[in-house]
Amino acid sequence: MSATTGEYIKTTPAIKDRSVEAGTEKSRGGDHIMDKDLIRIRTLDKEDIVRILDQAESFYEILDRPIRKVPALRGKIVVNLFFEPSTRTRTSFELAAKTLSADVVNIATKVSSAVKGESIKDTALTLKSLGANIIIVRHSHPGVPELISKQGDFKVINAGDGWGEHPTQSLLDLFTIRRKMGSLKDLHVTIMGDITHSRVARSNIYALTKMGAHVHIVAPPTLVPACLEKLGVKVHYHIEEVMEYTDILYLLRIQMERLEQSFFPSLREYAQFFGVNAKRLEQFSKEVMVMHPGPINRGVEISHDVADGMDTYIEEQVRNGVVVRMAILYLISREGAGRHDVA
Amino acid sequence: MMLLKGGDIIDPSGGLSGVADILINEEGFIENIGQDIETDEEDALIIDVSGLKVMPGLVDMHVHLREPGYEYKENIDTGLKAAAAGGFTTIVCMPNTSPVVDTRSTVRFIKERAGAAGLGNLYVAGAASKGLEGRDMAEIGDMVAEGIVAVTDDGKSIADASLMRRVLEYIKMFDIPFMVHAESPELAGAGVMHEGLVATTIGMPGIPAQAESVIVARDIELAELTGSRVHITHLSTESSLDYVRRAKAKGLKVTCDVTPHHLTMTDDAVMGFDTNTKVNPPLRPQRHVDAVIKGLQEGVIDAIASDHAPHAVHEKESSYIEAPFGMIGLETSLAVLITRLVRTGILTLEQLVAKLTIGPADVLGLDAGRLEVGAPADITVVDPDVMWTIDPNIFYSLGRNCPYAGWEVGGKVKYTIAGGKIIAKNGVVE
Repeated sequence: MSATTGEYIKTTPAIKDRSVEAGTEKSRGGDHIMDKDLIRIRTLDKEDIVRILDQAESFYEILDRPIRKVPALRGKIVVNLFFEPSTRTRTSFELAAKTLSADVVNIATKVSSAVKGESIKDTALTLKSLGANIIIVRHSHPGVPELISKQGDFKVINAGDGWGEHPTQSLLDLFTIRRKMGSLKDLHVTIMGDITHSRVARSNIYALTKMGAHVHIVAPPTLVPACLEKLGVKVHYHIEEVMEYTDILYLLRIQMERLEQSFFPSLREYAQFFGVNAKRLEQFSKEVMVMHPGPINRGVEISHDVADGMDTYIEEQVRNGVVVRMAILYLISREGAGRHDVA
Repeated sequence: MMLLKGGDIIDPSGGLSGVADILINEEGFIENIGQDIETDEEDALIIDVSGLKVMPGLVDMHVHLREPGYEYKENIDTGLKAAAAGGFTTIVCMPNTSPVVDTRSTVRFIKERAGAAGLGNLYVAGAASKGLEGRDMAEIGDMVAEGIVAVTDDGKSIADASLMRRVLEYIKMFDIPFMVHAESPELAGAGVMHEGLVATTIGMPGIPAQAESVIVARDIELAELTGSRVHITHLSTESSLDYVRRAKAKGLKVTCDVTPHHLTMTDDAVMGFDTNTKVNPPLRPQRHVDAVIKGLQEGVIDAIASDHAPHAVHEKESSYIEAPFGMIGLETSLAVLITRLVRTGILTLEQLVAKLTIGPADVLGLDAGRLEVGAPADITVVDPDVMWTIDPNIFYSLGRNCPYAGWEVGGKVKYTIAGGKIIAKNGVVE
């Protein structure tokens, strides 16, 4: 345990327990996520997920402190490498890293050399030489986080890779659900919208099924990818079919691009079948928790009365995003967790 | 004179098998095949090949040599060396170079370069449409005069069914086949792998199997309309095979080939984002692999061709979506096929050799793929029992995009003989 972390334990007793726990877990040998990167939920164990959520829980109060700063990542260089425009996720990661006292560098596509034709590999090698400890990457192509990870001993966090995965979004969603519902087991979660092109849907399908929830998909057939049910979910084309048992209604953003590609005839018709408004929400049997990864399209997948209503947890999701990302950054950067000492 | 003594002969073209000697004359033709052949010539080269399999020089009817235009990926010299090392004495190169092989002078250039290399026989497939653009017919007759053995827009299909019909009608006067790369551009869209469970799992844009089979169906219909020779190259789906099976039953002049990778790998290999698994048509799930294996066993598939498609290392060191399609195959085809099809009992060695010799030679009407007196002495001698580990770093091909790196395989080419000359020995080009 480093001096930095020791100092940190003095200020937050809650972390102490976690550190002890982490120490014992290291000896159990199957220390998956912390071995190096956080790239996919698909390859995580349930225990890894629980550990991140517990860690986030112990960080929760930090955001309410008058001075939101703890020294856990002091002296570490965290790079936000975003090949795709993002405000929400990048800002969330930046605040998480800064709250942990890391030095944060933001690289966005417009200023990066990616546009000048430098390869992903060379960008990663450059960041390695500059001493990056953690690279947070977003790219429009699946598998890019793995490609970057191969180039050095730094840790990689996937902030969204094409249609692939968005693990930190999924973890903050689990955290938000667990805070409200106590447990994820046996909950019925309905994910509605464009599944084919959604990394959020993929990560959440893996995460929720691992945690023992029942996952239902509601989408037009044009936006349901091949063989989806083999991932352990139930596919529906009509929202009415899930109204009886849904506990959580997770809405996905519809992108205008899909309209141009004729996945559905019009936004109007999409909203008619898959848009959620207060009236439709009343038809559900249970009190439904409405979630959305943002940014929302008011009037398309979600109406203003639901977006601003009492059942909606969108703002909590955003706040929890910072806490969960702090937990991930903290766990991933601990000493002795590098790939080199796994063998 | 060269005398191969005591080899175990496998020649599916004439059903020749068993131990025999082969005598090769100074002109590079087979002089005699039989028991206990002796030669009284002083400087005759006598090679003891007892315990080894002696087969016709292998034929690969679908390779990309990248010259002219992309010499950094591969060139005619390195491609022919790779072929020789892999046991191939006859290969057919595709026209998607820069410039495209759509004129007589480009054909002549390639043949001259190959002649200078002196490593086996290189035949050329010409473009069907000018610039492979699918709009206007290329000067096919002029290219035939220079020796092309097929036309193809390989890399894509001719999207316009009317142009396809006209090309098929036109090539009847030369009696050459159209090699169809079957892919509907609309259905394939921006896909980079097979559309199915694996693509859904990892979030990759998919190409449905039907992107291939709808074009197979269309072009077989056009084969019936025109009476022309249609060859479906790198066929990869169950349904495509069904269409070919039915066409053959009807007596249409339809043939097909399949690649080693579609016989031995599934789309599971894409799971780790290895760009060397990116190929078009894409690797398919087991159901399709089983179907093409069955097609081979039943004899519906005429040939196995590598679709050797070299790319530079830096081009493959990118994201899966950005990386170009294609994998190399010339130096691995035989061993991979022996290991996965013969050693497992799926095919006999003789059945496999047929698909690598007389099968493709007959589709294209080439003077190759036979061991008989008077035939060119193109001979491949193989030790099917030698085990080795595939290491792309030592290939003659400039390409390193080999999905089999690290595979333990059985079967090593001992001698590659073309025109009576040893062009490779123990995998080393002479």
